[in-house]
Amino acid sequence: MVSAKPRPGRTQPGPLEYLRRWPIRGWLALVVIYLYAPLITLMAFSFNASKRNIVWRGFTLDWYAKAFADTDLIVAFGNSLTIAAVSTVVSVALGALTALLLWRFRFPFKPVLEGALSLPIVVPEICMGVAMLVFFTQILPWPTSLPWPLNLGAIIISHISFSFSFVAIVIRGRLASFNRELEEAAKDLGAGEWRIFWDVLAPHMRPGLLAGGLLAFTLSLDDFVITFFTSGPDTTTFPVKVYSMVRFSVTPEVNAASTILIVLTVALTAIALRVSGGAVATLEAGEGL
Amino acid sequence: MSASKTIIRFENLTKRYGKVVAVDGVDLSIEEGEFFALLGPSGCGKTTLLRMLAGFETPTEGRILIDGQDISRTPPNKRPVNMVFQSYAVFPHMTVADNVAYGLKVDGVPGAERSRRVEEALALVKLDGYGGRKPDQLSGGQRQRVALARALVKRPRVLLLDEPLSALDAKLREAMRSELTQLQEKVGITFLIVTHDQDEALAMASRCAVMNRGLLQQVATPSDLYEFPNSRFVADFIGSVNLFEGRLAVDEPDHAVVVCGDLPTRIFLDHGVTGARDGTVWVALRPEKIELHKRGDGRAPPVLEDTPEGHNLAPGIIRHIAYLGSESVYDVAIEGGRSVKALRSNLTRRDQEDFTWDEPVWLAWHACSSAVLLS
Repeated sequence: MVSAKPRPGRTQPGPLEYLRRWPIRGWLALVVIYLYAPLITLMAFSFNASKRNIVWRGFTLDWYAKAFADTDLIVAFGNSLTIAAVSTVVSVALGALTALLLWRFRFPFKPVLEGALSLPIVVPEICMGVAMLVFFTQILPWPTSLPWPLNLGAIIISHISFSFSFVAIVIRGRLASFNRELEEAAKDLGAGEWRIFWDVLAPHMRPGLLAGGLLAFTLSLDDFVITFFTSGPDTTTFPVKVYSMVRFSVTPEVNAASTILIVLTVALTAIALRVSGGAVATLEAGEGL
Repeated sequence: MSASKTIIRFENLTKRYGKVVAVDGVDLSIEEGEFFALLGPSGCGKTTLLRMLAGFETPTEGRILIDGQDISRTPPNKRPVNMVFQSYAVFPHMTVADNVAYGLKVDGVPGAERSRRVEEALALVKLDGYGGRKPDQLSGGQRQRVALARALVKRPRVLLLDEPLSALDAKLREAMRSELTQLQEKVGITFLIVTHDQDEALAMASRCAVMNRGLLQQVATPSDLYEFPNSRFVADFIGSVNLFEGRLAVDEPDHAVVVCGDLPTRIFLDHGVTGARDGTVWVALRPEKIELHKRGDGRAPPVLEDTPEGHNLAPGIIRHIAYLGSESVYDVAIEGGRSVKALRSNLTRRDQEDFTWDEPVWLAWHACSSAVLLS
């Protein structure tokens, strides 16, 4: 029997209260530093009043001004957002349809299709890139002289080709938790197929659509390898542009541009989570209603 | 039952999945206003039968008639029946009121009437004031009420219930039994319930059909099912029973005697056996219909006034006692080795102490207690 009266609020940590033990806290701190230190350094130096990313010389917003004045960078940024937006919409639609097809129907060679669906995820990106390059030079030469959004077609198509399978797999997973009795209940209450889809199935798929869309958007936004092989001189995307800037010198201008991208992605994700009312979190916890 | 009118007719209804026969030539009529139970072990075809009536399965052969109209090929959303699903299938993204209103909305019932009927239906299942809640804020029992209201609000000709109480805990299940029967009396809609729980069927139904391997075994009122089973399967499935195999030694219009190989006494019945033939018969004797009497110490055997001497009286020894609170079940080994179950109500707080392990006893039962089964 331990006689000492524990001081209020200063009890011994319980068996599962790992966060109250110093070795574990230290480990956690290391993990956090490892994960976030590079990002924080990058962001911090975007405000550095020096041309070199080494010594801190005081706060400035000059690099942001410079980045915004860099027309090439802005154009590349606009290209990236456009490509991401279009490929997200298309791959969510395609992915949802594929997932529904695989979930709902039985047909010959279904396992083959299911296997083929995960190919773009498994195949090394560099191979996908080369394949896309060959495809767009040999089989479907995409005219580079088209007006603005259309000249991005080759990149958009290649982005869709890999991101829609991610979307399909996410939505398929969501559909697996669907209670078929809900569908029967709607039918029993008088609803036809179309109504059942919109009233019962679509609301169930929503978190999957949202998570898939987010995934497709971020995949497209930061894709470098495949884009590198499919972009032309007039169709540079943000990652490709940053890469070419870094080849000359790493200026804080690159830091500034990257910071904007990070803030944008984090904000988009936060908004999406907010809008879906934590539905994506529910999905990730694997809890299907 | 005089003014009753047939509402559902199954005619030679058969459902095959490949070589497996799930439902095998079922002929059955259900009257308007009945609380009808389909009872059977899992895999007996009762759920398939219900799903064919709801329209989720298509019969391989035969017809289903509702009010004399063949609906075998009518899609589920056009049938005048509604179902309460086993998982309740309450739409998780809609409020309780929206759930209940869904069927009316699909039918295009105008808004004012719709909300009035939703209110009525919620009051009927005692969920007034819950309209704005989401299903995940409700308990299992409340979700089931939502499912009931959602089906009843459409005023179906028949309400189908698929194992409605199986997901509830024991106390709630018993409360829901009486509530469902009261609800049925109030709304006057024909209820067709599927269950594997015989207590449930006996407690709620006005008539039951027992199914086994796709075949209809017996259709009768609960008390007829229990007291006058038509086969060993029904006798054994409903309640618990002692079955004795034997042959008829005497078969007169007013009495019969059965001789059993594994029983040291003859069984006397106060009625003749109709449709009897030479060959094996079985005698079904319910445990609660057997009396226990003390034996040994020079005690005379008990006298059964309605039974001739040497009948319905077997000596045995208590081998096991299961004390269940309200009653005790005694496993009695009779001479010859076979064991018989006898049930005794614990009428006073000391009754369970009357008999103990390894005590010699007499088993006695009246002439009207056992039933002869031909199959």
